[in-house]
Amino acid sequence: MKRIVYREWRVPPARYWSLLGILASVIGVAALAFAYMEHEGHWVTGMSNSVVWGVPHVFAVFLIISASGALNVASIGTVFRKPLYKPLGRLSGLLAAALLVGGLLVLVLDLGRPERLVVAMTTYNFRSIFAWNIFLYTGFMAIVIAYLWSMADRKGDPYNRAIGIVATFWRLALTTGTGAIFGFLVARQAYDAAILAPMFVVMSFAYGLAIYMLVLMFSFKEDDRPIGNRILFRLRNLLGIFVLSVFYFTLVYHLTKLYGAKNYDLVGWLLLDGGIYTFLFWVGWVLIGGLIPLGIIYHPIHGRDRNWIAAACGLVIVGGLSSLYVIIIGSQAYPIQMFPGQTILESGFFDGVQGAASSYSPRIPEVLLGFGGVAVALLVTAVGVRVLQFLPESLADEVMPPDEEASGRAAVGAQA
Amino acid sequence: MTDHHESNTGPAECGPSQPDRRTFMATAAGVTAALVAPGVIMHSVAGPRTEAVTSDVRWGLLVDTAKCADGCSACIEACDRENGLDLQTQPSGAQPTRWENQKSVWIRKVKLQDNQTGRVTNLPLMCQHCEHPPCVDVCPTGASFKRADGIVLVDRHTCIGCRYCMMACPYKARSFVHEVMSNQLTRVPRGKGCVESCTLCVHRRDYGEESTACVDACQAAGHEAIIFGDLKDPESPIRMRLAELASRQIREDLALNTGVRYAGF
Repeated sequence: MKRIVYREWRVPPARYWSLLGILASVIGVAALAFAYMEHEGHWVTGMSNSVVWGVPHVFAVFLIISASGALNVASIGTVFRKPLYKPLGRLSGLLAAALLVGGLLVLVLDLGRPERLVVAMTTYNFRSIFAWNIFLYTGFMAIVIAYLWSMADRKGDPYNRAIGIVATFWRLALTTGTGAIFGFLVARQAYDAAILAPMFVVMSFAYGLAIYMLVLMFSFKEDDRPIGNRILFRLRNLLGIFVLSVFYFTLVYHLTKLYGAKNYDLVGWLLLDGGIYTFLFWVGWVLIGGLIPLGIIYHPIHGRDRNWIAAACGLVIVGGLSSLYVIIIGSQAYPIQMFPGQTILESGFFDGVQGAASSYSPRIPEVLLGFGGVAVALLVTAVGVRVLQFLPESLADEVMPPDEEASGRAAVGAQA
Repeated sequence: MTDHHESNTGPAECGPSQPDRRTFMATAAGVTAALVAPGVIMHSVAGPRTEAVTSDVRWGLLVDTAKCADGCSACIEACDRENGLDLQTQPSGAQPTRWENQKSVWIRKVKLQDNQTGRVTNLPLMCQHCEHPPCVDVCPTGASFKRADGIVLVDRHTCIGCRYCMMACPYKARSFVHEVMSNQLTRVPRGKGCVESCTLCVHRRDYGEESTACVDACQAAGHEAIIFGDLKDPESPIRMRLAELASRQIREDLALNTGVRYAGF
């Protein structure tokens, strides 16, 4: 084992500036989309009084929970004392902060009155989990910055573990809080389930790690830095566990719903009869986001191939966006059950006539805004790794610290 | 004292300019009076608005669904007129079907059929003015609030347009203003990017008027299906009617203690 050396990202300037140019263009287009929506009002989006949160919220929630999940890698190194993960900590912190910035921007720019952000920062209703989340998000940012300092500066080293522990609990609170935004809504049948809070935590593990792995593999490949199989396969295996956990929570969520007769219609609609939501559940959430990545991860040959592992990460991300589309938008599209035992024959406000779900089709500006958030997260990351020493020179097996607890298993894994 | 003294001695010193000054003072006083008086008068007329609302009353509605006529939309039209919702115009370029779901609706008619018995019920549905409103709980800035007299409102100055209250409302009673406002009534200010819903004609409450637009319209149409009144006053018509009729709350299971009650279904 050698000393881990961190260096700025040294990809050729032409390539680096091209990357920044592409990201800046996406951000520019998103800014125009925002200006258009803000100028005209939300009628130019697909959102309505029935489906009040649309694609921007899918992206925002995805980025926010991924931010929390991306920090996991640092936590494993610091809090759970896995030396193997220590060199990965700085990028983990940077990515967490960057993803959070991207997610929050999308969330804020989709407000009906984004210029009143100062009101949201100064006027609080502490009964609202939303208000708590404002503190959870800003606190997360501050803690991650302190965490990065403790990792990068010798003077910060003595505080590293303490800050890491705080960060771990904070990130758990953050994702629980984000899940609770939906889980505590008694009005809508599909949301009204406390299991959504831990489910969001597990989802954050999977999506955050998938994004982390892709960024790590991309940045290392571009700069010809080696990543050893030991660490890569460890991350891959971890991703497998997280994806399986998402499956488990998905199953329990549906079983919880199915336990009550009042929810039979909801579950039947979602799993069989919900059109785009049924499709996205089975194809996006289950197949693309779950079964195929698991098939790759646990495949004896493909599971060792970096391209396949990267593909698995990409699929987990696509599956994650599908899952959140189903959770956030599908749950709103399903009509609110105000009159159990009655069929609505007519309504002046789309109350689910004959059980019909509300329609929603995203419009281009809102999708562009979502992509803008992703681009902001990647831009912050790209600038961060370029100007500061976030990336280790090498993650090759011989450079990496031994992982005492699992050294035997890791060695076997590397040989296999 | 000095001013008084000066004003006494002033005219002798002013000489020829005195009439001009007097005219000017008179004109100035007149103009000032003309400018200030309406405000003073309005202030005195609008006296009740300056008094804090108390919890001595709780405003509410009772809907007798047996009297709610199929196909009648008098309450909706009256609400739209009263609150300026009839001034909403579809933005050019908006898709008509989507716009129908994007424009503000404070009260709507719903027609139900019992799955077991086939019995058909008509009823108006609006903000239920809950005692424990979920919209108020979830609002991050406290813009959604409940007045002491039970009316649930949105403070349009602190609403940031996050729409979390719309997610939380079990009655889908709230609307988001999706378009730029070009036409609105002074008594009901509205604004793009804010959430709104039935106010129980709060402007009438604040001027001490009886009833709501929907109740008046229903009465004028000869149905008298909606009664407005103070739920806390045992002598009020609404309370007396509630004592006679079996009534229920929509989504009673949520224990929100709604201010709007329904009878006959």
